[in-house]
Amino acid sequence: MRSVTSTVLTLVLIATYVGIGALAHDTHFSLGWVLASTLFVWAGPAQIILLTTLGSGATALQAAIAVTVSAIRLFPMVVSVLPMMRTPQTKRRQLILATHFVAVTLWVECFRLLPHVPRERRIAYVHGLGIGLLLVCLTATTIGYGLAANLPELFAAAILLLTPLAFLLSTARNCRQLADVLALLLGLALYPLVAMFHTGVDILISGVSARTIAYAVHWWREQE
Amino acid sequence: MSDWAAHFIGDWHALLVLLVAGFLPNEVWRMIGLWLGAGVDEGSELLVWVRAIATAILAGVIAQILVQPPGALASVPDWLRYMAVAGGSVVFMVARRSIFAGVASGEILMLAGKWWLG
Repeated sequence: MRSVTSTVLTLVLIATYVGIGALAHDTHFSLGWVLASTLFVWAGPAQIILLTTLGSGATALQAAIAVTVSAIRLFPMVVSVLPMMRTPQTKRRQLILATHFVAVTLWVECFRLLPHVPRERRIAYVHGLGIGLLLVCLTATTIGYGLAANLPELFAAAILLLTPLAFLLSTARNCRQLADVLALLLGLALYPLVAMFHTGVDILISGVSARTIAYAVHWWREQE
Repeated sequence: MSDWAAHFIGDWHALLVLLVAGFLPNEVWRMIGLWLGAGVDEGSELLVWVRAIATAILAGVIAQILVQPPGALASVPDWLRYMAVAGGSVVFMVARRSIFAGVASGEILMLAGKWWLG
């Protein structure tokens, strides 16, 4: 439990879920609905995208496409974090719950904390961390939903700004190679360009092209 | 069903939408990762590659929230949102990669800007 309480990211996560609760109230979703979304979706940006697209009157299909694209990032996250938890004896089904808990905060924390945990205890550790974070976030969602009616606009805006700020900086902190830094910067810069074409898969296009350029630069430097 | 439960859960149709547009799109990618990631070695070049794809796509999600802001964040002018994030990033780098310093100064910049605009 100490690893849950001792991180700045957890504070940011709490604030993000207060924001999501408030956003759900403002877009006329029920408390049960938004709590279920925290429990089952368990990805802050995806929940914000879901709430804003559905709240602005988009169809379920349009929302599903937008969320699917934003969720592609979970795939490489899972692929990169699971080998840290696996032992030669680990069965795939033992990892299902830990896999569900993978989202930005847990992913970042795994890279920071798991090297200090003995390998055979890592799955149990991630279950504990995930359940702790989930309970904290369910509480934060409820508080945000309850506060929404009385929340000043400035405060609500400040909470919503936390998500991009914290995600950007925590990702930047985990960048180890030039290629990672380039992928981050180019991904940021390319999105507004690609968004102008309204393809519906803007993030996918900007993300993959940013990655390709970053990899090309990495490869070109290796050749010298 | 009691009134309280009906009020708490709301519309069953909305829960179905949550399942189709919220839960499945996320869980599918996680489970594909679990399924395909089994044979991948921890230090492999492939992992470096997929991790950077995740980074670039997350950058796109961040950019989307900044460019097309949700809810109350839309009340903050474009230039002020960008300035707050840029300022927060600079402080983050100057303060030896402190996430707290970066997030806090970004927020303060945004609040100060809103206050100054009145």
